[in-house]
Amino acid sequence: MSMFDDPFDADRNLGAGCVCGQHRSAREHEQAALRCEPVESEEKRYEGVIASAVMRAMFPQDVARRAFLKSVGASTALAALSQFFPLQTATEVFAQAGVPEKKDLKVGFIPITCATPIIMAAPMGFYAKHGLNVEVVKTAGWAVIRDKTINKEYDAAHMLAPMPIAISLGLGANAIPFAVPAIENINGQGIVLAAKHKDKRDPKDWKGLKFAIPFDYSMHNYLLRYYLAEHGLDPDTDVQLRSVPPPEMVANLRADNIDGFLAPDNICQRAIYDGVGFMHLLSKEIWDGHPCCSFAASREFITSAPNSFAALTRAIVDATAYASKAENRKQIAEAIAPANYINAPVTVLEQVLTGTYADGLGGVKTDAKRVDFDPFPWQSFAVWMLTQMKRWGQIKGDVDYKAVAEQVYLATDTKKLMAEMGLTPPASAYKSFAVMGKTFDPAKPEDYVASFKIRKSS
Amino acid sequence: MTSSLRLRAGLVSIALLAAFLGIWHLATRSTGPVATMSPEYAKLMGLTATQGKSAMPGPLDVGAKLWEHLRRPFYDNGPNDKGLGIQLGYSIARVGTGYLLAVLVAIPLGFLIGMSPLLSKALDPFIQVLKPISPLAWMPLALYTIKDSSISAIFVIFICSIWPMLLNTVFGVASVRKEWINVARTLEVGTIRRAFTVILPAAAPTILTGMRISIGIAWLVIVAAEMLVGGTGIGYFVWNEWNNLSITNVIIAILLIGIVGMLLDQILARFTRMVTFPE
Repeated sequence: MSMFDDPFDADRNLGAGCVCGQHRSAREHEQAALRCEPVESEEKRYEGVIASAVMRAMFPQDVARRAFLKSVGASTALAALSQFFPLQTATEVFAQAGVPEKKDLKVGFIPITCATPIIMAAPMGFYAKHGLNVEVVKTAGWAVIRDKTINKEYDAAHMLAPMPIAISLGLGANAIPFAVPAIENINGQGIVLAAKHKDKRDPKDWKGLKFAIPFDYSMHNYLLRYYLAEHGLDPDTDVQLRSVPPPEMVANLRADNIDGFLAPDNICQRAIYDGVGFMHLLSKEIWDGHPCCSFAASREFITSAPNSFAALTRAIVDATAYASKAENRKQIAEAIAPANYINAPVTVLEQVLTGTYADGLGGVKTDAKRVDFDPFPWQSFAVWMLTQMKRWGQIKGDVDYKAVAEQVYLATDTKKLMAEMGLTPPASAYKSFAVMGKTFDPAKPEDYVASFKIRKSS
Repeated sequence: MTSSLRLRAGLVSIALLAAFLGIWHLATRSTGPVATMSPEYAKLMGLTATQGKSAMPGPLDVGAKLWEHLRRPFYDNGPNDKGLGIQLGYSIARVGTGYLLAVLVAIPLGFLIGMSPLLSKALDPFIQVLKPISPLAWMPLALYTIKDSSISAIFVIFICSIWPMLLNTVFGVASVRKEWINVARTLEVGTIRRAFTVILPAAAPTILTGMRISIGIAWLVIVAAEMLVGGTGIGYFVWNEWNNLSITNVIIAILLIGIVGMLLDQILARFTRMVTFPE
């Protein structure tokens, strides 16, 4: 479903209905799985945006436009329109947007497939297209990426989705306002168990096992805790959770120091590739479409260099849209595998990105949505993360869920940028979703926290 | 006699190396194809899983990879992928800078403290507390206050290599023979001249011993510091290859770190011999 409707197609609806015009109503639009897919070429897309605006201006009433198109035909209409309105020039002006205040930028990333859009935007030229000269710098760990972004060594960085919230709230760092203009990836993690636990597929048998997670303020932590708690295990007392850097997870699994982990991908697949573990389940089986990593920058950078920030966000949203297409995934795997970027075997990255993978038990599985890319920073995601921070005692006392979510997750700005780029942003930044079958209502976060039997009493 | 001893020692060294490589090779051999797998599945798996290849690389793997690195030590494929020569260059430059700064501070300061029993007693508790702090403990503090990761790495080198030099200088200066100082005094040599013509030459061997210990520590610290801050350097290389679970490259890095460390130590050992005098 292409975001931008051809304004010269008489059967399309430009105005009424939902924002993207694909659905009869805004509700139907929201119910449909939202995917941001780019149109064939960039220029075409911008041209489409301009043309659509002109057509809309000329024919405020859709009936008139349709009648006009039906009588003269699309190509004649386009020719006629181009005569008295310089579509080409307008498109160019639009594509350039504001001149970036700062062209040479540094963006930090952690070498995992979650960073795919940030990384691939460099070798595949997405930054360059938006007039930026971006150096993507591999960083040793989440705490270092946090410090280097706070230090302004990085202008923006790849962060775990809950990290900008934690930093803005001053959890595990000084409170510094951070913002998320785009989600890096959705899904893309998994629970891997050591090969010797082949028969322990029921989480109820996991009492006493040792699990690794990469960082405390991470979806990995919250999803693993959620999963364990849903199966009646208290993650704080029944199992051991350790913070372990991802590459060490595979080595520790081999050495029998841990029994399993919930980690970002290519690490999960790497454990299977090396024959030390098997995929118990993909994180998408816990919550399909959950956010994983984010693209974050400090408020200070956004206000001091708004055009650079907008161009950067455009490049990321563009790259994300490109990465969301299944047919591009093989090419992306090759682009990001070299030592300069993720530094991993291409086979491993391909299995992660294409979703056809060895499960470690002798079978080959296929799940095209194993990792997916959808840039929209739903504020309800942020509210959910806050509920889990509250649930596990990371934040105490009262939380203004909505205010924090809206401050950190810049849905409004992203919506504007996406619309300008010819992508379809959703109408509202809050959507309800289900985690392991339990529906989350972003309007009632306190009730949600209270509804869990297993949680840290505070 | 000595030449025959050297020859025999060399032979024993070679025999030990050969034995080590032989055992290493045997211990890491592939065990041949393991359990039957469908070809489709096997294609998605690594050699460890399909051919029972040991997770530990053998000496031949390491040798081949090492040759690959040595053939093009200075390639530059962007910010995160540079040749081993460049990485070592970055590390040596960092160590050199931090170490020189430490020399500039430690030796004059050590001189002052050594010549003044009052300062020596007053500063001793501080030095004793600061000396045993692990380099990595300084890292977060440095990153947080200096706000620049490469200067932080240099600062950590500086702060860790300063103490042995300082203590040795203090010790060397304080234990210059009293007779020599008294002779200088009877000849009415001024304080500054006394420091340069009598104390410095007398204390030089001890000072250089301190410098030699320090360069060893600085080289130990740089790898850990670069693993933490990332970016460039041999420590970053180790981290990056560990991230890729490439033990082969990690072993190569360890080998090179050892060789460079030895060379640095030998350079200072030579200087020490130059200033040593028979009593």
